[in-house]
Amino acid sequence: MTRRRVVVTGLGATTPLGGDVATTWSALVAGKSGVSTLPYEWAGTLSVTIAAMVAIDPSEVMERVEMRRLDRSEQFALIASREAWKDAGAPEVDKERLGVVIASGIGGVITMLDQYDILKNKGARFVSPHTVPMLMPNGPAANVGLELGARAGVHTPVSACASGAEAIGYAMEMIRSNRADIIMSGGVEAAVHALPMAGFAAMKALSTRNDDPTRASRPYDRDRDGFVLGEGGAMLVLEELEHAKARGAHIYAEIAGQGLTSDGYHIAAPDPEGSGVRRAIAFALLDADLTTRDIVHLNAHATSTPVGDVAEANALRLALGADVDQVAVSATKSMTGHLLGGAGAIESVFIVKALQERLAPPTINIENIDPAVTINVVRDKPRPLPAGEIAALNDSFGFGGHNVVLAFRSY
Amino acid sequence: MALTQAEVLVGIKEIVEEVAGIPAATIEMDKNFTDDLDVDSLSMVEVVVAAEERFGVKIPDDQVSELATVGDAVNFIVKVSA
Repeated sequence: MTRRRVVVTGLGATTPLGGDVATTWSALVAGKSGVSTLPYEWAGTLSVTIAAMVAIDPSEVMERVEMRRLDRSEQFALIASREAWKDAGAPEVDKERLGVVIASGIGGVITMLDQYDILKNKGARFVSPHTVPMLMPNGPAANVGLELGARAGVHTPVSACASGAEAIGYAMEMIRSNRADIIMSGGVEAAVHALPMAGFAAMKALSTRNDDPTRASRPYDRDRDGFVLGEGGAMLVLEELEHAKARGAHIYAEIAGQGLTSDGYHIAAPDPEGSGVRRAIAFALLDADLTTRDIVHLNAHATSTPVGDVAEANALRLALGADVDQVAVSATKSMTGHLLGGAGAIESVFIVKALQERLAPPTINIENIDPAVTINVVRDKPRPLPAGEIAALNDSFGFGGHNVVLAFRSY
Repeated sequence: MALTQAEVLVGIKEIVEEVAGIPAATIEMDKNFTDDLDVDSLSMVEVVVAAEERFGVKIPDDQVSELATVGDAVNFIVKVSA
């Protein structure tokens, strides 16, 4: 039996660059930054006072009563999935063949912290009865599953900043293994709050370029000093190829394979040898039946940390050999910030758009490229991609030593 | 001082509008929380806690399941406020 093929038939997003995919993509190829100074009172207590907040707040597109029962991460999930489902043609499908796989790195951390404040200040009686459904990390997936009536399975992989990519890979496997025909997959994060920011800042993981927010996220630049926290979410409707063709769906691209490994090295630091990343890329190519020569574009994990960006760049050269010179590498976190559990999802949306538009998005803010970075980075302006059959990779790594590489092919 | 039925009804209407998004003007004494006002068991906890705070009364948990309609809640609150 030949393997069931999986294609992308719908996209949705709400990001620091825009309230939907079209707006986000336009801003991305124009090289705009979504980073700004935090408007919150608590920001003054932190060493980092910048973040990439969503361009369109959920309150602008969602009813008040619906919002108050949802964590911000769940709001992002519903907003992005509504766009993606509509984009897929809002098909009438067998609900027992419809699944949802939506990740979050941290879950409903804002709800947890807000309710803890209520517990301390007003008492246990005043803690919201919606607290647990709002803070659970599977809440975004569960709410989207309820809205769509999905009955094939609702899942939430958690692997820190690799979560979004892992969700999309999991969804692909669900369709391949015949558990489902169509799946809403993606990732979200809503962690722009004093505690997670203080925690990341304590690790020295965040950029402290507070006086120049739009230039703070600068992957591959010599003077990069950490990532900028972002928020938002993105969704891809994955569908079995024949199922999509039978209903005349618009097919954006094929998701052709994935590679997953773990470093076994350190809880937060990347393995300087990059063995885990190299093996994940090799597995993804094998799974997708691609060779290094087929890859024309790669959306890097590149978060703008001093160690991480170089470790990944070195691993890419090891994994792709001399062919890495032909790969247009984009570090889109230079514009979106780092969406943690949403990163792998929004960057998969960018890959799909890049394959469709034949355009690799730029990496902004590289004033002096780090001499240790010897890969072919798309700087400042978008770069055209070749015609014909092309393929691209999406790298996502997470604290804990998780490595996820997704392979996409033009369709 | 005992609360009047009218003033409690006004308060309950506002709370239900806040919690469930049902316009206050459409909420009457005979409306059933679950069937008519989209107040499920979780949201009912919110209504009860908000009512306790607003009217300075205590609504014991074992009483909450008896409060099927807006009128049940209003009458209970009027009674315990006396």
